Amino acid sequence: MKYVVVAIAAAVVALLPFGLSGYHQGLAVYVAIYFIAIFGLNILTGYTGQISIGHGAFMAIGGYATVILSHDHHVNLIATLPLAFAITFACGVLVGIPALRLSGVYLALATFALAVSVPQLPLKFSKYLGGSNGLQTDHSVSHLWLYGVSWSCAAILFVAGWLLLRGRIGRAFRAIRDSELAAASSGVSLPIYKTFAFGVSAAFAGVAGSLFVLATNGYAQPNEFGVLLSLKILIGAAVAGLGSLWGVAIGAVFIGLLPEISASVPLIGSSHGEDVVFGLIVILVMLLLPNGFAGLLRRVDSSFKTAIKSDSQAS
Amino acid sequence: MVAFAKQKSAVTTGASLPVLLALAAAAAFLVVGSISSSIFAQQTVAGLAQGAIFGSLALALVLIYRATEVINFAQGELAMATTYIAYQLTLWGLSYWLSFFLTLLIAFVLGAVVQVVFIRPIQHSVIAVVIVTVGMFILIDGLVTWKWGADLKFMKAPFGNTVYHAGGVAFSRQDIGVLLVSILSVILLWVLFQFTKLGLAMRAAALRPAAAALVGVRVNWMLAIGWGLAAVLGAVAGLMTEPTQFLQPTMMQAILLYAFAAAVLGGLESPAGAVIGGLALGVFLNLIGQYVGFATSELRLPIAFAVLLIVLLIKPTGLFGRRQVRRV
Repeated sequence: MKYVVVAIAAAVVALLPFGLSGYHQGLAVYVAIYFIAIFGLNILTGYTGQISIGHGAFMAIGGYATVILSHDHHVNLIATLPLAFAITFACGVLVGIPALRLSGVYLALATFALAVSVPQLPLKFSKYLGGSNGLQTDHSVSHLWLYGVSWSCAAILFVAGWLLLRGRIGRAFRAIRDSELAAASSGVSLPIYKTFAFGVSAAFAGVAGSLFVLATNGYAQPNEFGVLLSLKILIGAAVAGLGSLWGVAIGAVFIGLLPEISASVPLIGSSHGEDVVFGLIVILVMLLLPNGFAGLLRRVDSSFKTAIKSDSQAS
Repeated sequence: MVAFAKQKSAVTTGASLPVLLALAAAAAFLVVGSISSSIFAQQTVAGLAQGAIFGSLALALVLIYRATEVINFAQGELAMATTYIAYQLTLWGLSYWLSFFLTLLIAFVLGAVVQVVFIRPIQHSVIAVVIVTVGMFILIDGLVTWKWGADLKFMKAPFGNTVYHAGGVAFSRQDIGVLLVSILSVILLWVLFQFTKLGLAMRAAALRPAAAALVGVRVNWMLAIGWGLAAVLGAVAGLMTEPTQFLQPTMMQAILLYAFAAAVLGGLESPAGAVIGGLALGVFLNLIGQYVGFATSELRLPIAFAVLLIVLLIKPTGLFGRRQVRRV
C-alpha cells in the first residue's frame, strides 16, 4: 500500500513540470526545498528527540557554500550540492558535540542562538561574504532545471533517509528519543549517535539551503536566512507531525504554498493581510491537529482498519 | 512525542557559591570601574537601563516557562502590540501615565484571553503550544502593520530629556526612569508572588498542578492570570523601549532575542536569575561595544549568544538553574 502511494507520488512529481507554468514550477521547487529541510529536522527532532530551532543556520551555511564555490572557484552548480552536504555535515557534527551537554529547551534555545547569529556573520565579514547585498553564483539556472534537480535531490535524500531510519541506526535514534538512559544501558553510544544525527540533519538542511540560493536567482543574502526561516521549518515539521515520514510532504506543501495562498486572500485587502492569514492558519491547524497531519493520518488509518475489520466480521 | 513529555525532576535549588562569587566580583569590578572612569560609569548606567528592559521581558518568559514549560515566542510581539495600544490612547488625548496604566490593564486581559483561547486547548502538547506562539508572532506582526503601518511612530517622552551631571558623569533622566520603572514592576511582581494568597496559589499551580488542584486552587485560572501578568511585564518592557527605539512593528524582535539569552543565562526557572541575567547582559554588551573595537553593532547579537553558549556549556541549566536529576 505504502509503495503504491510512493510510486504514484513519484509519477506525479515527474510528470508535473509538463503541466505547470514557470512560476508554478518555481513554487514546486520551494516545496521540494522545504521537504528536504523538514525531513532533515525530523531526523533530529522527530526521531532522535533533540530539538533544534536553528536549521535556518545550516541552510545559510549550505547556501553560502554553494555561492562561494560557484562565485570564487567556478565549481559546477550540481557539484556544489554534495560539497554543501559534506560541509554542513561537518558543521552539524561540530555543533552536535557541545550540544551533547544540553537537553530539552536549553538545547532548543542554543540552536536558536545559532539561527540568530549565523545570518549576522555576512554583515560583519562583508569582504568575503558580500555583506547585506549578498553574493551571486556565476550563472543562474532555468525553472525546469531547478525543478528537476531539486526534486531529484529530494528523492535521493528521502530514500537515503528512509534506509537510514529503518535500519540499525534508526533504531538507535528512536531508542535515544524514547529514553536516553535505556538506550545507553543497551549499548547505544549516545555521543556517537547524537552527533551523527546532528550531522545528517544539518547536511539535509545544507542541501536545502543550496537549492534555496539557486531558487532565488543564485543570490545568497543574509536576510533570506533570518530567524523566520528557522521558524518556518519548525512550523513545517510540527504541521507534518514529528516522527513520521508521511507527514513531511504535507508539511512541505503547507510551508511552501501557504504564503502564496494567504497572499491571494482578499480578506484585508492590503499587502500585510498575508501575515495575518498565514499566522491565523498556523494557529488554527495546531489547535485542530496538535499532533500534526501525521496524527491525523494515524487516526484515519486506524479507523480505516477497524472499518475493514468490522466489515469482514459482518460478512 | 515522548521526548517532550514533562520530566518532573528532583529539586536542588538556587545559585551555587562560585556563581555568587563571580557575580559579586563582577559587581565590584563595575563599581571600581565607574569610580575611576566617567565614560565607564555612563556606559554602565545606560547598560543597566537597557538590561532592565531585557530583564523584564526575560521575567515574562520565565513566568510562562515555569507555569507551562513552553517558550513564548509571541512575548515580544505582544509587548509591541500593547505599546501601540498605549500610543493609540495618547492619540485619543489621554495623558502618558494614564494611558500607561490603562495599557497595563489591557495587556493583562489580552494575555489571559490568549491563554484561554489559544493555549489552553492544547496545553498538554509542548511543541503545539510553541508553534501556536510562533503563529501568534506572525499574526500580531501582520495585524499591527495593517492597523498602524510599518513606519516609525513617536510618543511623548515620558521622562523628558533632562540630563543630570554628577562629578563629570552625565546621566540621562530617561535611563534612570527606565531603570526605576522596570525594577519597580519586578519588585511589585515579587511581592505579589511572595506575600499574597494569589501568589501562593499561582506558585502552587505552576510547580505541582495536580496537588494544587486537590487543595482547591483553580489551576487553569492561575495559568491564565500568569499569562496576563507576563503580558503586563511585556507591556512595561515595550513602553520603556519606546523612548529609545520608537514605535515600529519590529521594535521588540531583537529585544526578545536578548531576553531569551537573559532568561537562559539566569536558568529559565529562576525569576531573580532572569532579571540579573538581563542586567548583566545589558551592561556587558554596552561595555564591550565601548571598549572592544572588533565588537561592532552587527556582532551584538552573536556576542550575546556566544556568552549564552559559553555559560550553558559550563552550567547546562544556566546560572541559577536547578540541576536536573532524572529518574527512570
